[in-house]
Parts: sequence; structure tokens; C-alpha cells
Amino acid sequence: MLSKLLRPARSLPSRAIYARSFSTSPIARGVQEITRPAIDTPLSLWNFTEEENMIRETVAKFAQDVIAPRMRDMDEREEMDPEIIKGLFDNGFMGIETPTELDGAGCSFTSAIIAVEELAKVDASVAVLCDVHNTLVNTVLRLYGSEAIQQKWLPGLATNTVGSFCLSEPNAGSDAFGLQTTAKKDSDGGYILNGSKSWISNSAEADTFLVFANVDPSKGYKGITCFVMSKDMGVQIAKREKKLGIRSSSTCVLSFDDVKIPKENIVGEIGKGYKIAIEILNEGRIGIAAQMVGIAQGAFDHAVTYAYQRKQFGKYIGDFQKMGHDFAEAAIKIEAARLLTYNAARLKEEGRPFTQEAAMAKWYASTIAGEVTGAAIEWAGGVGFTRDLPLEKYWRDSKIGAIYEGTSNIQLETIAKLLRKQYIS
Amino acid sequence: MRPTVPKLINILVPVKRSIDYAVKIRIASDGKGVDTNVKHSMNPFDEIAVEEAIRLRERVPKSVTSITALSIGPAKSVDTIRTALAMGADSGIHITVPDNTVVEPISVARAIKAVIEKRAGGADKVDLVIMGKQAIDDDSGTTGGMLAGMLNWGQACFASKLDVADGGKTSVTREIDGGLEKLEGQLPLIVTTDLRLNEPRYASLPNIMKAKKKKIETLKPEDLGLDFAARLETISVSEPPKRQGGGKVENVEELVAKMKEAGVLLGASGVNGDLRPRSTGGWGGKQGALTVQQCTRPIVVHWHS
Ligand SMILES: Cc1cc2nc3c(=O)[nH]c(=O)nc-3n(C[C@H](O)[C@H](O)[C@H](O)COP(=O)(O)OP(=O)(O)OC[C@H]3O[C@@H](n4cnc5c(N)ncnc54)[C@H](O)[C@@H]3O)c2cc1C
Repeated sequence: MLSKLLRPARSLPSRAIYARSFSTSPIARGVQEITRPAIDTPLSLWNFTEEENMIRETVAKFAQDVIAPRMRDMDEREEMDPEIIKGLFDNGFMGIETPTELDGAGCSFTSAIIAVEELAKVDASVAVLCDVHNTLVNTVLRLYGSEAIQQKWLPGLATNTVGSFCLSEPNAGSDAFGLQTTAKKDSDGGYILNGSKSWISNSAEADTFLVFANVDPSKGYKGITCFVMSKDMGVQIAKREKKLGIRSSSTCVLSFDDVKIPKENIVGEIGKGYKIAIEILNEGRIGIAAQMVGIAQGAFDHAVTYAYQRKQFGKYIGDFQKMGHDFAEAAIKIEAARLLTYNAARLKEEGRPFTQEAAMAKWYASTIAGEVTGAAIEWAGGVGFTRDLPLEKYWRDSKIGAIYEGTSNIQLETIAKLLRKQYIS
Repeated sequence: MRPTVPKLINILVPVKRSIDYAVKIRIASDGKGVDTNVKHSMNPFDEIAVEEAIRLRERVPKSVTSITALSIGPAKSVDTIRTALAMGADSGIHITVPDNTVVEPISVARAIKAVIEKRAGGADKVDLVIMGKQAIDDDSGTTGGMLAGMLNWGQACFASKLDVADGGKTSVTREIDGGLEKLEGQLPLIVTTDLRLNEPRYASLPNIMKAKKKKIETLKPEDLGLDFAARLETISVSEPPKRQGGGKVENVEELVAKMKEAGVLLGASGVNGDLRPRSTGGWGGKQGALTVQQCTRPIVVHWHS
């Protein structure tokens, strides 16, 4: 408790009631064009519901009290502390959007984004655990799972079972729909799964797996189907990766050898797995953007605080004009990334098109996260380069933003395609 | 010993919106207060009080009928009440005052008394008030005692342990110099919380969502016949003198050497450099007398040069 009293300051957005109304009439031109409704009292993106503000506060507190003291050691050991996972469950961080009837918290999508951002300010590994679990695994089941599937899997995922999202394969990364894992129809109506999955987050801790496999490779991507399964059905961990960053988040190669799956475990429709994956990754990207914003802000807070404690030439290094301007530029980048992220989240919540905005948010946030964390190391000089400060860790952790849930090139590809559609006659 | 069939009680927990404990305090430009345009949160001792009320309820099912969080403060204090509700309190009362109004401890005590008296005799009559031993902003530490005096109720201040037994028999443990003191009393009672009473829970996400539906009653001071006119005037607020020097020492020998070097040991009456190492812990110094306790870890010492 005393240590709680001595925590460093955090800045939080001001509280205000979030209320929006908007017209739904679309502007004719362009598939992805966002309608720009006229409303009486436009509000800034720094508006949150009372609950969202409280969620930010509670997650930030948890991150400071529970994660901060452990994150360094977890990074060195390349392992997630089970106490942290338990804390995430106990405080409702693992079923953020899951309805209360299914033991979730019943919060907004933006709440999940806020939670990921706050966790990433302290430790990006915990943030991705929470992010993948909520914005990919829970959301797929919530949006595409039958009533029976939701009843069976969501309560566990909200209270004690970690989930993994298994799409990528050794030969199918950016080209995810070239996946080679097969699900052959069994004589009893079920399926038999064979293949392997690569770089699967959370898989060392997970017990629930969403696996994308092709039920009919002759149909190409239209054979891709999503299955939900528990570990004991036959998920094998073939290898745990050693990584540059987010080292306490597990990333493993999984293999499936003649794994029997009942047909009740199909999520959504047979052959519609590709659609599920596209749609879910669209919104998942907003979560990664939030993670990158958190990383950038966390590094910035540490480095700038340091710059106003360290003196050279008789004054605080932060007081040299060039340093101040560096801080200002970094702050602009973080603010811009954050606004792109919040805007994409609100568009999604409002049920409007958001693919382009989500891709922009993820591309930009991961780009500036690399820049800001890199600069932060330099601001702290030699100490920044050592492990006495967590800056080198933020920098290592930031790199993943340009790779998972679609590389930066793939984000640009998405944006470019949508632009093309809008302008080509 | 845990009670079996406890009395059903109503608990009132006053909660104050105060400057967040992590904020670096700055003196306001008029020199008569501090800059309040910073992050605020629930006074940490009040968080402990809310937690304790919830734990009393959890420890013995159906032992607590209601937990009411009460805050006296500007519009934003509703956030503090909401936090108490998200931790597990059942309802809130907000006595509103204009922004930047200083409500002195005596006024707070009177307001709490008024709320208690309004409920006296009803089904929701207050049996137990659990409140922070002090607020971390003004550090007065007087409200609990004054309230007990005004109500003529028993008080147990600085509690590090609290138990309410069947029939309202209440025991409170307090940490005092050199040991623990156990008090026993009868409800109704005022208990103030010390730091080690418990570790408050986080407001979990599901509970944050539930708190939205809980009721907060808003009152004006006049509704309770209260007048919060200040009786004290703050003349000036200033920063403590800047600490000079300071450094880290590895062991007692080095500490003693440093202190001799800094001249703080020479001439200390009655001590004459005679440092008596004691058991374990940190080190403490009083004017003219100095106690050094043995320490196994590096210790940080600040001294004035
Ligand atoms: C730590 C970590 C966690 C992960 N977690 C998961 C998970 O939980 N679940 C999951 O399914 N996957 C996960 N992944 C996999 C991740 O999504 C893929 O690594 C990513 O999609 C990139 O695929 P790839 O590695 O095969 O790279 P490649 O596709 O081989 O790309 C290599 C390079 O080629 C470029 N490139 C490829 N195609 C194009 C193109 N058309 N135009 C321009 N440039 C192109 C890329 O931008 C990149 O620069 C994770 C990966 C990592 C590293």
C-alpha cells in the first residue's frame, strides 16, 4: 500500500459524458467513405463514458501495482507470471465485451482499447495477452459462434481460460489464406485436423484455441473454416519461440496430428473462416494500434521524467531547447496515433466502415512507437541503453507492431486498395 | 474467533475526493493553497474504509444490510462515490458544494452527523461509520474524533484490524508504539482506518458496469440545515525547505563515517557519537539523540549540510 502511495504520476483524460448522434445516410461515393454527419454538439475524441474512464483508471492502477514490479523479471525469464493472468481474470479484463449473462463485463469496444493501451504503458506482453484474448478470440465467438458455442466457451474465457487465435502457418503469413492445415470430414460427421500453426500468441498458457483449417483445399480460401477446441483435444506445442520483444508473451508453433473435432465445434459457417478472419483482424488492428500508443506513451513518460532529474552543464537535460523540441515532436506523434486509434474504435462502435481507419491507426501507431521509443533511449543516454531503465525494452517491444495482425506493408496495401476504389473511374 | 449470527448492520463510509497521491504537489500562484487542477482520486484511507466495509459483509454472509458511501464536495466528487460503488458499496449520498470550496473537518463531521441523524430510527439507521484516519490532502486527522464526540458514540481510531460480532460487539486492533492494542466496544461506533487494515481491491470491470445502476442521492447543505462557512483562514502555504545533499550508504559503519564527516554526530548532547546498533530495520534520528538500527540492506540517508 505504501508503495502504491509512491507511484509516479499518470495523466488521465478529463471526464466527460460521451454522447453522440449521427445520421446514417451514406455519402454515395466510394465503398469505404465514412459518412460525415452533421450533429449539433460535436465532441472531441477525448470524450469517454463514465465507465470507460473508470476502466482506464482501474487498469492503470492494476498495471502499476501488479505488473510493473514483475515486468522486468518476466522479460528476462521470457515467461508470463501466472499471478498476472489470474489478476486479469479476477478483475474482469478477460471478458471485457462478453455479455454479463456469460460472466463477462459487458463493456464497450473502446473499453477494450483503453485497457490494452493502459496495460501496454507498463508491459506490452501483458497487453497483447489481453488484446488477442479479447479482441480476437472472444470477439470471434461472440460474433460468429452459435448460441450453444457461446454458452459453452465464453464464460470460461471470461473467468479462467486463456484463448489463442491460430491462423498463421509456416507458409502462410501475410498470405494467410494460403494456409495448409486441413480438416477432413470424418465418417461420424466430425472433422480430422492435420497441419501446423506458427507464431501463436498465448498458446503456452491457453486452453481454448480458435483454429483456421481448410475443409476443401480444392475450393481455395472458400474452404477455410474456423474451429474452436480445447487443448486436450490434441493441440501440441511443437516449439516455443525466443524473441526480440514482448518476450514474456508466449509465441509457439503448434501441431495437429489427426485431431478429431466434433462438428459442433465449427464457428460460423463452413467455408466462411476467411471472412471471419478478415473481419476480426480489421478490428483487432485497432487493439494493436492501442498497444503501440501505450508503448510509446510508457517510454515517453519514463524518459521525460528522467530528463528532468538528470543534470548536465549545470541544468536539467530536458531544459536544453533541442531536447524540449524533441519531446514536443514525440508528443505530437503520440497524440496523433492515439486519435487515429480512438477514432477507428468509435467508428467501429458506431457500426460504420472502419477498415481504412483501422489500418491507418495500426500503421501509424507502430511506426511512431518505434520512433518514440528509439528517441527515448537516446534522451536517457547511457542509462537508456542499459536495463536500469525499461526504455530498451519498450523499443524492443515496439517492433512487433509492424509485423503481427498484418505487416506494415499489408496495412499500406489495404489503404491503397480502398483509395484506388474511391478514385478509379 | 469468527462470529456466527451477527447483527444486521448499516455501514456509512465517508469518502473524500482528494488530489491523487501520485501527483507532485505544487503551491498555487496566490501562495494560499495548492494547485488543484490535477488528477484527483479517492483518499487512500477512505479506499481502505470502503474495502473494510465490503470485507465485513463478505466475511459473514448477510451480516451487513447496507453500505452507503457519502461524499461532501464539488460536482466531481460523484466520481469518488462511483468508485466506492464500483468497489462494492450499495448506494451513495453526495452533498454538493461549489468548486474550490474548502469544507473544514468540523463541517464534514457535522454533515456526517446530520446524515446519521436523518436516518436514526429508520430501517437504514447507521450502526457503524468506517472512515479514513485522515485525508492525504489536509492531513487534519480530526473528523472521526469530532464526529464521535458530536454523536456521543464510541470511537476506535487507526484500526489495523476490525471485527464485528453478534450483537454488535466490536473489536478493533490498533498499532501503537511497540505493539498492538486491542479495543472492544459496542455499536454504534466510529472506526478510522490505518494503512495496514487491508489492501483495497480494484474496481473490477463487471462491478464498474454494475455501479452505473446504483443510486446516488444528491443533497445541498441547506437540505440538512448545514452551513459550511469556513472558520479558518489560510494565510500562506509554502514548500518545505529543500533537502540538501543525500546519498546511499551500504552499512552502519559507512553511515557513521558519513555522519561524522558531516558533523552531525559531534556535539549531539548525550550521545557523543555513541551509536548503539539495535535489532533490525532502518534508522531513525531525533533531535539531540540518535538511534541507529542495524540494517542488512543498503540504506538511504539524507542529511542537511
Ligand atoms: C510475436 C508474434 C506473435 C504472433 N501472434 C500470432 C497469433 O496469435 N496468431 C496468428 O495467427 N499469427 C500470429 N503471428 C503471425 C503474424 O501475424 C505474421 O508473422 C504476419 O502476418 C507476417 O507473416 P510472415 O511472418 O509470414 O511474414 P511474410 O508474409 O513472409 O512477410 C515478410 C515481408 O514481406 C512483406 N510482404 C509480404 N507480402 C507482401 C505484399 N503483398 N506486398 C508487400 N510486402 C509484402 C511483409 O510486409 C514483410 O515485410 C504472430 C507473429 C509474431 C512475430
